Amino acid sequence: MKEKYKHLLVDEPGKKFFMLANEAIVRGALEAGLDFASTYPGTPSSEIGNTLFWIGKDAGVYFEFSVNEKVAMEVSGAAAASGLRSMVFMKHVGLNVASDAFMTLAYSGVRGGMVIVSADDPSMHSSQNEQDNRYYALLANVPMFEPSSPQEAKDMTREAFDLSEKYEIPVLLRTTTRVNHVSGPVEYGPLRPRGKKGHFDRDPSRFVVVPANARKRHLILLEKMEKIREEAEKSHLNRVETCEGEDCPENGDGGGSDIGFITSGAAYNYIKDLVDGGYVGGDILKLGFTHPFPEKPVLDFIRSHKKIVVVEELEPYLEKETMALAQREKVDVEIHGKTTGAFPYSFEYDPDVLKRGLEKALGIPCEDRGLRPKKVPMPLRPPVLCPGCPHRATYFALKRVLGKRDVVYSTDIGCYTLGIQPPHETADYLLCMGSSIGAAAGFSKATDQLPIAILGDSTFFHAGIPGMVNAVYNKADLIYLILDNRTTAMTGHQPNPGMGVDGRGEPAPMISIEDIAKATGVTSVRVVDPYNIRETMRVFREALDEDGVRVVVAKRECALLAAKKLVKENRRYYIDQDECKRCYVCVDQLACPAIYRETPEPGSPVYIETALCVGCGVCAQVCPFNAIHSEKEKRDEKGGGASGGENPVERGGDGS
Amino acid sequence: MIKKKIVLTGIGGQGIILASTILGHALTREGYDVRISEVHGMAQRGGEVRSTIAIGYHGAIAGRGEADVILGFEPSETYKVVHLASKDSWIITNTHRIVPTTVSLGKSEYPPTEEILAAIREVNSNLIALDANRMAREAGNEITANVVMLGALSAIEVLPITREAILEETKNRVPPKAVEVNLRSFEAGYGYIKNELGKR
Repeated sequence: MKEKYKHLLVDEPGKKFFMLANEAIVRGALEAGLDFASTYPGTPSSEIGNTLFWIGKDAGVYFEFSVNEKVAMEVSGAAAASGLRSMVFMKHVGLNVASDAFMTLAYSGVRGGMVIVSADDPSMHSSQNEQDNRYYALLANVPMFEPSSPQEAKDMTREAFDLSEKYEIPVLLRTTTRVNHVSGPVEYGPLRPRGKKGHFDRDPSRFVVVPANARKRHLILLEKMEKIREEAEKSHLNRVETCEGEDCPENGDGGGSDIGFITSGAAYNYIKDLVDGGYVGGDILKLGFTHPFPEKPVLDFIRSHKKIVVVEELEPYLEKETMALAQREKVDVEIHGKTTGAFPYSFEYDPDVLKRGLEKALGIPCEDRGLRPKKVPMPLRPPVLCPGCPHRATYFALKRVLGKRDVVYSTDIGCYTLGIQPPHETADYLLCMGSSIGAAAGFSKATDQLPIAILGDSTFFHAGIPGMVNAVYNKADLIYLILDNRTTAMTGHQPNPGMGVDGRGEPAPMISIEDIAKATGVTSVRVVDPYNIRETMRVFREALDEDGVRVVVAKRECALLAAKKLVKENRRYYIDQDECKRCYVCVDQLACPAIYRETPEPGSPVYIETALCVGCGVCAQVCPFNAIHSEKEKRDEKGGGASGGENPVERGGDGS
Repeated sequence: MIKKKIVLTGIGGQGIILASTILGHALTREGYDVRISEVHGMAQRGGEVRSTIAIGYHGAIAGRGEADVILGFEPSETYKVVHLASKDSWIITNTHRIVPTTVSLGKSEYPPTEEILAAIREVNSNLIALDANRMAREAGNEITANVVMLGALSAIEVLPITREAILEETKNRVPPKAVEVNLRSFEAGYGYIKNELGKR
């Protein structure tokens, strides 16, 4: 087990450790007696899986990286039906994938406690949308907890298991980036025994949801949720924090304020800081158990205040529920929030968003001590492929071969989406995991353009297979480019079915992408090492000359994993300034971040930043003048003066 | 109660997350209620990385003017978060430039470092600039520039913990054979700032 995770198994209640909330969720699950866990990696939930990968075996927990979120949900659902305490976790859009299983799981329910973690990403730091998954709790009709801090992430995970098992229903633990990716001290509770084996006791009337059974199960679900509403209404997770002292100018005689804030999740932290810091006075109703909506405490709160400000990120869930409650119970109270225009519907909150909102809602002048320096335009720094990334080499070769041809780059979710940046611009269309190949078949039928579907190895296993079967079956004409970098790179290098390692770090069958493609009926399947530019271009030329579905697997380990080995060989590259003709092919067409020039002026020199170079050698192949050499080459040929071999890439090429 | 917000900013691969983790552990060990939030975008390397250390707060994001210290690992990235500082804040920046591909491709320009520093200095007189990469190189390994920055942060004495507490945690979190070079880097950053402050 990795040293950095050892503390998670320390059984000393009361002891505090500093950790990421995602680690705290794991600790909470261990304190609840976790037996079983599954996931498909997705940020901001990824570190939950990474943590279990490292400690699962020592903790006695079965843990797997499932092929996708739907399967992860089914795997953990089965474990929970067998009486085990199970946890499944994913990013918000992962729950879309798993939603088919999730909806009906609410009907049939569980026997062992089951917690479903949905990690939402307001502001879309690393996501394609910022949907508010609290609505999934309403849609499926399951209980929901919303933690605000690492400590609460741990405590609520533990409590969610107990609630789940008591009512035999899965519980949604809804987090956001500013919870998952916040670290802080977490005080431990006692660990419970883990890792038991379950037994599935047959009960088809419950677990086989044919219509006759499903009808009964829906009524049972509704009954359960009414009982759980009572739990929510008396839960300590929903609490009033009364504003006290001189910092609270609106204090009435009754010890509370006229102003009340209703809040949950990360948004609580910001309003709490403003109240504590004396920026605004008001009582806070902090909601942690937010579905079923805890009507009684909210009703008491709105009755005892004149103005309510609802502070929540993304959708106005609490706000609309509060407004509906006020209307139904005829409570005369002002309610401010998003629907009144005080707060935005988009992006995560921060202290400035709150200050502006409070100005609109309560007329408190917005305080701003922020510096306003003279405007100096800064260089753009969009996220780009890493130095030495094999995808860059693939894109270079692909663009060279395609030239000005009218193609549609139907890309997918992964590092390779960063091909959207110049000079590659290999991203024209993207929806979700697996959409590359599905949409490519659509473009093939809808247009006369050549679709290039681009996705990675992990995404192929996740959602790229049905789309491939569809493309073959419906006789689409496209190139299916699978960028196999032997890992799930963007979320932090988790294993996938192509790697020969499983979620416990043990050897596993290595599933071949090429064999799956052939079995599907693809007759044109090629595998190539993208670090060999000439060979990769040849493969693309051949594929281009064929019809139907042509699969190209560009296989080369992620540069971040390979970097250590390469650097150890001291294979870093440099540009011989005497040989360099300033043609800028390496800069303009390859665009490795390790290759740079300070100004775009003609004739300005090009350099390789040795601190960034990982020694992949692709630039040396791309240089038409053999001006790029490795340090190793220099050592080997000391005094020789000979440059590299014949250059594999013809000068100029037909690239755009 | 002590309340501080410190914003660390720079680029993926510069060791910002490690630097803030070191501080988080050191602060926790000394009994402070510390929260750190980190955001790194889609890119594993080369993209913007920001980390906010909040002591005594619930929210670990700094609003405009709320940061007591900006610790910038790259000059253009430092400039981008200057609005989070007030005129009373400390701004410490590494002057080592990392030129993004957009500049090489002629899609954007990178103004001279002195112009950036001058713009910041106009609104904040506490700016201190140092070449942490050079110092780290001289200490034995450029990769320890993040620890030079930790030494610099320690020297302004805004954190409620001693330099020894930070050093102790640094030793715990770097490979054993790299301890010596990290200690030298820390001292280089610390010494530079103390010297600069002595001149003022």
